[in-house]
Amino acid sequence: MSVKYTKDHEWAREDGGVYVVGISAHAAEQLGDVVFVELPEVGKTLSKGDDMAVVESVKAASDVYAPISGEIVAVNQAIADEPAKVNEDAAGAAWFVKIKPSDAGELDALMDEAAYNEFVENE
Amino acid sequence: MRYLPLNDADRTAMLAAIGAAKIDDLFEDVPADSLNATFDLPDHLGEMEVERALGAMAAKNRAAGEGPFFIGCGAYAHHVPATVDHIIQRSEFLTSYTPYQPEIAQGTLQYLFEFQTQVAALTGMDVANASMYDGSTGCAEAALMARRVTKRKKVILSGALHPQYAAVTRTNLELHNDNVIQAPINTGAAEDLASMIDDETSCVIVQNPDVFGNIRDLTPIAEAAHAKGALLVAVVTETVSLGAIKSPGEMGADIVVGEGQSIGNGLNYGGPYVGLFATRQKYIRQMPGRLCGETTDAEGKRGFVLTLSTREQHIRRDKATSNICTNSGLCTLAFTVHMTLLGEAGLRRLAMLNHDIAGKAADALGAVTGVEIVNKSYFNEFTLRLPKNASAVVDTLAKEGVLAGVPGGRLWPDDPAAENLLIVAATERVTEGDIETFALKLREAL
Amino acid sequence: MSMNTQGRPTRADGAALSDTPTFTGNKALQIEEALSFEIGDVARTGVDLAEPTGGAHRLGGLHRDSDIGLPGLTEPETMRHFVRLSQKNFAIDMGPFPLGSCTMKHNPRLNEKVARLPGFGDLHPLAPQSAVQGALELIDRLAFWLKELTGMPAVAMSPKAGAHGELCGMMAIKSALDARGEGSKRTRVLAPESAHGTNPATAVQCGFTVEPIPADSTGRVDLGALKEKLSDDIAGIMVTNPNTCGLFERDIRAIADAVHEAGGYFYCDGANFNAIAGKVRPGDLGIDAMHINLHKTFSTPHGGGGPGSGPTVLSDALAPFAPVPYVVHENGVFHLVETRRAAKAETSGADSMGRLTAFHGQMGMFVRALAYMMSHGVDGVRQAAEDAVLNANYVLARLKTEMTPAFDGFCMHEALFDDRFLEGTGVETIDFAKAMIDEGYHPMTMYFPLVVHGAMLIEPTESESKRELDLFCNALLSLAKRAKAGEVEPFKAAPIYAPRRRLDETAAARNPVLKWRPEAQAAE
Repeated sequence: MSVKYTKDHEWAREDGGVYVVGISAHAAEQLGDVVFVELPEVGKTLSKGDDMAVVESVKAASDVYAPISGEIVAVNQAIADEPAKVNEDAAGAAWFVKIKPSDAGELDALMDEAAYNEFVENE
Repeated sequence: MRYLPLNDADRTAMLAAIGAAKIDDLFEDVPADSLNATFDLPDHLGEMEVERALGAMAAKNRAAGEGPFFIGCGAYAHHVPATVDHIIQRSEFLTSYTPYQPEIAQGTLQYLFEFQTQVAALTGMDVANASMYDGSTGCAEAALMARRVTKRKKVILSGALHPQYAAVTRTNLELHNDNVIQAPINTGAAEDLASMIDDETSCVIVQNPDVFGNIRDLTPIAEAAHAKGALLVAVVTETVSLGAIKSPGEMGADIVVGEGQSIGNGLNYGGPYVGLFATRQKYIRQMPGRLCGETTDAEGKRGFVLTLSTREQHIRRDKATSNICTNSGLCTLAFTVHMTLLGEAGLRRLAMLNHDIAGKAADALGAVTGVEIVNKSYFNEFTLRLPKNASAVVDTLAKEGVLAGVPGGRLWPDDPAAENLLIVAATERVTEGDIETFALKLREAL
Repeated sequence: MSMNTQGRPTRADGAALSDTPTFTGNKALQIEEALSFEIGDVARTGVDLAEPTGGAHRLGGLHRDSDIGLPGLTEPETMRHFVRLSQKNFAIDMGPFPLGSCTMKHNPRLNEKVARLPGFGDLHPLAPQSAVQGALELIDRLAFWLKELTGMPAVAMSPKAGAHGELCGMMAIKSALDARGEGSKRTRVLAPESAHGTNPATAVQCGFTVEPIPADSTGRVDLGALKEKLSDDIAGIMVTNPNTCGLFERDIRAIADAVHEAGGYFYCDGANFNAIAGKVRPGDLGIDAMHINLHKTFSTPHGGGGPGSGPTVLSDALAPFAPVPYVVHENGVFHLVETRRAAKAETSGADSMGRLTAFHGQMGMFVRALAYMMSHGVDGVRQAAEDAVLNANYVLARLKTEMTPAFDGFCMHEALFDDRFLEGTGVETIDFAKAMIDEGYHPMTMYFPLVVHGAMLIEPTESESKRELDLFCNALLSLAKRAKAGEVEPFKAAPIYAPRRRLDETAAARNPVLKWRPEAQAAE
């Protein structure tokens, strides 16, 4: 299943009817050493673009936005406990949340990997 | 001008190096008709002349040390050891900046770490920040923090909270159209705050000892607040009291704010003072203000840095927990030095000495005919109910050289119930002679 | 997510150039010092107080029985502890402290002396007004100087620091909008991206929302773009002038006119007033409110992060909403107006915003600032502004041979550089700044303002002599040349000679240790 990206550097990947969401490796690198992650509560309903989580390095605090609308069905407590994981494996083990989408069609508007890489290149 | 090192030859040479013909070329962006405005202000003066002019103004004031003195209500006349004032005037402390370059600011950072440790211990809380402006602004910040933590918009203020603290809190919360409920004046520590707390309440703010000097058991209020998901904010305006009475932390407070002036800082006609701010570990990311934390340097040596700065305005900007930047740096140093000199043994002794002297003052004043002491308990401050308007009595005694305390009319000018109240503080600076004089003059004035 | 790629690297890496270790860890005059908690004990004290005899029976049964955990030190131990700590700090009295936007100027000791006169230092804020006439006179006198220097009709004296002054000004704007019946409609505040973080934080604390004002290619407000953002929901703008790029907003009158025409107010951040005090009255430029940092412009000491003092001047439109308390003057007698109700009576009906702090503001700072102003006189204040601007331009002119100014032309009181001159060297702004420490200087402000890449903001102030500036510039030019010559290692390792090497801020933030704990507890 392909990964989709937002212009705000979140990614989403389908996994058995829900979407796993995280931030891109590029974003993690730009942030520097991540020191804190705040995750939403399971059960919370978000619209696309809503503030979903917070990720902080020493020098910056960034909001992570929901890439698609839906309900939070799981959060990755491991990254809250050990924020350094975000720097180690942003694209994989350091996912943020799982969202049960209310409109999976929203994914179509996002970029695929090649488009995202080009976007980052030109940013 | 003695403070300006450049002379005219320097200025000419520098303008040439810059490539400007005259100084005003450098101000070329200023609208020409507003440059070099004229002012109705005098020219420079020598050191002696300035000292003379300001000395004349100072001489028109009556300092606490000039005679019998019993004023408190949020600012207390304590003795400050000479060592404190010497240390805070060392160039390296006095003329340094906020420790943004930690490698060359370890002196400041280490005392901030010691300060945070001292404040946490005194208040009985997990963590304290590196200071607020003063107790009153800290009180407003605590209410704003409780709002962030609970996401509720109703605050309950005790009727024995210093009215100026209440006013500052109200001013800040009204900006957000929050519901600020002020309990009526209660001189006898008998208010029923618990029944006012509901599911909408973000916090209840209670002072201890309260503004009338009563010592409050905060435990039932903490329990009532927690039962409704609200926080208890405890306010301490007399930090020395924490050497004698149970800490707010021991009684269940969630946020403790304090005025630290009593430790190491002079009266200074109201400022600069030092706001103490402490809370539970779980709320640290909602705290306002700077925090100093321990770490190591590239060689593995222990050192200190400002930390968790992402809460603050210079990083979080419009989403910061507070707009505070400059705090009370040098006043925190004065606090830290004095507290280090005192130590636990000295603080406890100082506190109980204050209590002794207040007891003697209360006994002497309570024996004056027509005077009633409203308190059942007190630390170093208590309230008298006089048979007549206390403001007039204070003015009369001031003419006799006795600064007798704070009349109710000064703090609650709109409340007739406060008219005859006189709030009296007695610190270790008060002598038995002062008490005798006060009692004598009070008897004459009534 | 919102991306913030500005800011500074924070990891303490870099090769450790180690010298021969000593047994104590001391390096001659650099003496290691433990925490007071590790030196003292709870029975030790540095004060001699009489034995209390009265007991705790009036404490209502709430006597503190538990251990507090506050070790004490005797007086000589205390003195040594804090003197050793002091020697780990850099200070203005030691050398140039060119932190842009911070105005680290000389702090005259006369100011310290007069602030400690018992009539000021030992004066109670709630003493009867008959006993504080000299204090009220001083506040009134300082207020006169501030109003005169700014050309503004009113000043609120009680704000405790610059950010508190911002709050005062923005609250006055909110009050004025409420009085016009437009408080709920006008909620947008505009502020440049180059603004201090306090500006957006303050606006939000007042219940406004904040949007950026675009900058033009010369580092100033883009007037055309600003006008497009103005509409009938604008509460006001917050603009620093001179701005944080060290430049005077040359369109300031047009900016003020445009905002007023749109029905909003103009808050001017006065952090950089030192550049124009005695030269220009901000009141002549159309502003409605401005705070004045007495701890910047008027030399009250920064004290390692405070106390500050932020009196805020107000226009006729905002003055009726000034906070309480304030001083009024009648027939040679000074009075305090202390409550909203009293203010309403005194101003024939206007609604004061209320109270910003207990008591009357930073009196200790007022005394120092007035001593500074009287010493300088208006002639000296003007000369100080001119010298501050001259010094900054001299630094700009000398350094531009090796470093890259962020903008063309003259600057005001501070010179802004970016990191283009370091491109390809492997040295970054933070390394350059830390290398300055080894040369005996406090670094300039780095990575601020955010609108310039790798910003270095140098504010020498008027307190530096030409000789001191020449040495400083020579040192920076030498560093720039060394960086370009490929000497990366000493920069990455810097500072080498400071009391500490680079500190690991990441570890501090990941696992916050905010107070000392006994070893047994800390190990848990």
